[in-house]
Amino acid sequence: MSQSAADPLLDITVRVNGVRRTAAAPARRLLSDFLRHDLGLTGTHVGCEHGVCGACTVLVDGEPARACLMFAVTAQAHDVTTVEGIGHDPADLDPVQQAFVECHALQCGFCTPGFVTTISAYLDEHPDPSADEAREAISGNLCRCTGYQNIVAAVLRAAELRREREGTP
Amino acid sequence: MKPAPFVHHAPRTVEEAVAVLAQVGPDGKVLAGGQSLVPVLNMRLASPGHLVDVNGVAGLDTVEVTAEHVRVGALVRHAGLERHDGAAAALPLLRQAVRHVAHPAIRTRGTTVGSLAHADPAGEMPAVAVLTGAVLEVTGPRGTREVAADGFFLGPLETVLEADELVVAVRFGRLPAGTRTGFAESARRSGDYALAGVALAVSTDGNTVTGARASFVSVTPVPDVLVLTPVLAGARVGALPLDAVTEAVRAHVDPESDIHAGADYRRMLAAELTVRSLVSTTTGVREGAA
Repeated sequence: MSQSAADPLLDITVRVNGVRRTAAAPARRLLSDFLRHDLGLTGTHVGCEHGVCGACTVLVDGEPARACLMFAVTAQAHDVTTVEGIGHDPADLDPVQQAFVECHALQCGFCTPGFVTTISAYLDEHPDPSADEAREAISGNLCRCTGYQNIVAAVLRAAELRREREGTP
Repeated sequence: MKPAPFVHHAPRTVEEAVAVLAQVGPDGKVLAGGQSLVPVLNMRLASPGHLVDVNGVAGLDTVEVTAEHVRVGALVRHAGLERHDGAAAALPLLRQAVRHVAHPAIRTRGTTVGSLAHADPAGEMPAVAVLTGAVLEVTGPRGTREVAADGFFLGPLETVLEADELVVAVRFGRLPAGTRTGFAESARRSGDYALAGVALAVSTDGNTVTGARASFVSVTPVPDVLVLTPVLAGARVGALPLDAVTEAVRAHVDPESDIHAGADYRRMLAAELTVRSLVSTTTGVREGAA
């Protein structure tokens, strides 16, 4: 192990929710902590910090990824979307967020940002999932409150809402 | 749950990457997808002083399909391989297996080559590599060498790679036309590490099996090939000697007991998965035909 006391700060620039954001952080700064501590984007939640719980899931170039398993320095080459980028106006919720409200798909809400990003990316590729497919789609995210039934319902409702908003029944 | 401090290196070429690796020696570690490495760093199970982040190295992110092999570069993500229709058509086992690697959010970042270099016995792709006679292209300061997958793995998390070497690509061998393949695994939770898994390649002449080989996940210390041809050659599809297959698998695997499952259970599971996969692979399941 390196005993170097130095943990120098680097200027790290990441494009987050369409905006280039720069902050000084050490190389070992996880993307999850960079978003929360350095950029103040606390919508991304941190649970297990080893890739199991899914709470910190963000979109990297539109695809779901664990922010706790990526360093901010590596994220500089990518477009990162957090839950704030999915939707941050209570009066204008994203279909996935709206579906969570309608289906009562959250209780404490800690896991919700990871579910919203995961489901949002999933519906981009699979716009009309079955209930079984919806359950499989969220299998990488843990929720300790709901028992998942209402989250599965929210995936299906979100798919409906998306189709409605696109004007296709 | 935060990594210890390290020096971050961001080489732009393979030559730069191996030069840095040579300079820092055993205190260095290659960072590609990081989906196995970063948890280890977060939990401080390892604290290398230098990370050589190869994500910016040009030319490592392509999949090439030739008549003999499917070549996967070191920065091809599992998700990219999964989506690659040319690779799936040339060697269906790749897509069959890579879909079992963790969850989509892990496959977005994790690399197929990285899972070989990591050499976790619970990894799916090492089993595929040995079954297809894959060859790893390894570059170091002394040049490039080619290493067969059979011989690359020395033990759990241990390979023949030197500290200053980088796997730049793997060439999975294509199987003879008509070979049918299957992949099955069982885990406590969807996407979790498999308790046992099997990759299978079966050749048939009409309704008669002419050859069969299998490799395993989580039940052998290093992935190796079990040749089932002596057991299955000449058998008719629909009337396969499944008890003999079960015996052969049970004799071949060498699982360990841990908190998730006992060795006896894993041995039973490996045999059962092989039998089921064999039946589904040989009975009209055409999606696996190479």
